[in-house]
Amino acid sequence: MALQTLRFLLKPMGKYVSVPNEWSHTGVVGSGDMEVLMRHEKLDGAVSVTVRTPVRGFDEIWEKVLARFVKEQSLGDVSIEINDNNATPYIVSMRLKQALSEAMEGSGL
Amino acid sequence: MEPTGMQTLNRDRVARVEAAIPLVKTGKVVESANTVKLLETVIRPFDMVNIEGDNQKQADYLSECLCKVDTGVIHDLHIVQSAITLPSHLDIFEKGVAKKIDFSFSGPQADRLAKMIRTGNIELGSIHTYLELFGRYFMDLTPRVALTAAYQADKNGNLYTGFNTEDTPVVIEATRFKQGIVIAQVNEIVERLPRVDIPGDWVDFVIQSPKPFYVEPLFTRDPGLITDVQILKAMMAIKGIYAEYGVQRLNHGIGFDTAAIELLLPTYGEELGLRGKICSYFALNPHPTLIPAIESGWVKSIHCFGGELGMEEYVRRRSDVFFTGPDGSLRSNRAFGQVAGHYALDMFIGGTLQIDKYGNSSTATASRVAGFGGAPNMGCDPRGRRHSSPAWLKCGEENGIQKQLTGDLPRGKRLVVQIQETFREKWAPGFVDKLDAWELAENAGLDIPPVMIYGDDLTHILTEEGIAYLHKCSSLEQRMAAVRAVAGYTEIGLSANERETKELRAKGIVKTPEDLDIDVSSANRELLAAKNVRELVDWSGGLYNPPARFRNW
Repeated sequence: MALQTLRFLLKPMGKYVSVPNEWSHTGVVGSGDMEVLMRHEKLDGAVSVTVRTPVRGFDEIWEKVLARFVKEQSLGDVSIEINDNNATPYIVSMRLKQALSEAMEGSGL
Repeated sequence: MEPTGMQTLNRDRVARVEAAIPLVKTGKVVESANTVKLLETVIRPFDMVNIEGDNQKQADYLSECLCKVDTGVIHDLHIVQSAITLPSHLDIFEKGVAKKIDFSFSGPQADRLAKMIRTGNIELGSIHTYLELFGRYFMDLTPRVALTAAYQADKNGNLYTGFNTEDTPVVIEATRFKQGIVIAQVNEIVERLPRVDIPGDWVDFVIQSPKPFYVEPLFTRDPGLITDVQILKAMMAIKGIYAEYGVQRLNHGIGFDTAAIELLLPTYGEELGLRGKICSYFALNPHPTLIPAIESGWVKSIHCFGGELGMEEYVRRRSDVFFTGPDGSLRSNRAFGQVAGHYALDMFIGGTLQIDKYGNSSTATASRVAGFGGAPNMGCDPRGRRHSSPAWLKCGEENGIQKQLTGDLPRGKRLVVQIQETFREKWAPGFVDKLDAWELAENAGLDIPPVMIYGDDLTHILTEEGIAYLHKCSSLEQRMAAVRAVAGYTEIGLSANERETKELRAKGIVKTPEDLDIDVSSANRELLAAKNVRELVDWSGGLYNPPARFRNW
């Protein structure tokens, strides 16, 4: 199935935390799942997200899922890459939280 | 003096049976070469005919033979049967042998059935639940001829239906005691039966079919396919509903959500100290995924609607739990199982396809007439119930509108739970503004949208976002807000108001995993008592013998 690439730039909203300056990776691109890569990047407090997904027509929901995640976690200066294989919105937010907690390990946060 | 005409049915019956006597080889046995001829002899145009099509067991050979009769002799039959599952069930209509159908469930033939209703090939009577249809067999849909299936017969027509008895007793009772004719296809004709499930004088003809009747392993779920999200929902169900209400008597439907719950009882359930406090009595088919809970001493009793391929030996060796006959093998019976399911359950829990903004739920899609089976008999509050149990009483006490209906008089309520993932595959939303059932009703010319569970019966919706305790609500407005609160990123969920959801959580009408003190990150496959079919076999001490397609080791 042809993949499409979605790009989002989520603007900062006040105080934020970032991830340590290295890659974090979680998940597998298996059936109904996805993988997440996160790294620190100076973006004036914004979060950039690139999504490669086989699912079409759900750009708005992607944006809402990502915006809620960024807001709840007060994230900034992070670049996120997602390789999606039909993960549902709940799986997306679950995997994002897992990726973040892995990225934060050892950072004292 | 005998009023004239009062023996008409019986005279007609005797005439038909006598006409078929030349086809009988010995006792009640007819050679399979004469099956079509037998059907042409005893069935008349416009007869009401039952072809035993159960949830699992199928009188497939007799159904195929009915497709071969001369339509100059037999036509315009009115078919009454539980399940339309085989192509031949619909071929009968295409060939002009039958005209009208009354049924309950149509699973794999649902698409074709919808098309044939639209094109006028089939005249649809009604879609029923199992119990409703069985009820009508004894009222206005009594079969003139029943074509049934059994494992074995003797030459006198005694039948052994054994493990897969299912609908046979109810069909034969209705037919034979109203002067109808009963024909049974059997896998073999033997001298001596292991046990008699149907006495021979209720059966007119038996035929050894060229091959054994078809049985579908409907209730086998491979634990290897259970996802982390299903495990999270199972944890929420056990803690937020089973433990909360002390649910002791219940049904589990088909599906991975309840399979996950079954496999979490010996692990997560044990950890919460719930053994003996929940899940002691079941009305369900012998689910292989329940083996670890049975072996861990959770389950006191299971009554089965039907059998499940591969569970024969296991059930035989667990007669403390299952209903078994004098020969030791399982006795299933759909009619009695559904009665237990309707009146004796604390809770029904199952999955669905769509839930609308009011909390009505349906498995119908716009192009499939799939029917109901037994779910609505269990997924409802039985208004005739008069006995109490702690779970039923607690749910009734919490009922937000009961006082407006019956004043200060206490009345309990069945827990009816729908487990739903907010999005299914390909991001198909599990919550919708309007059910596809409306469109189906229009497409197929149905009187009403086919709804599996009505919102006023539904007490709980459980999604990965949380549990909505709908029965606690005191108005439709509040119920709709509770539905929205657990509907995630669907259109319905996105219309939720944050402040409103917060209030519902404060009132205990909505509970998130966090409110239930469940650590989402602990929801993973490590919690499953068995992680694959092989481990189920191990739990059973080698007694469970899974069908080939589930043997992946």
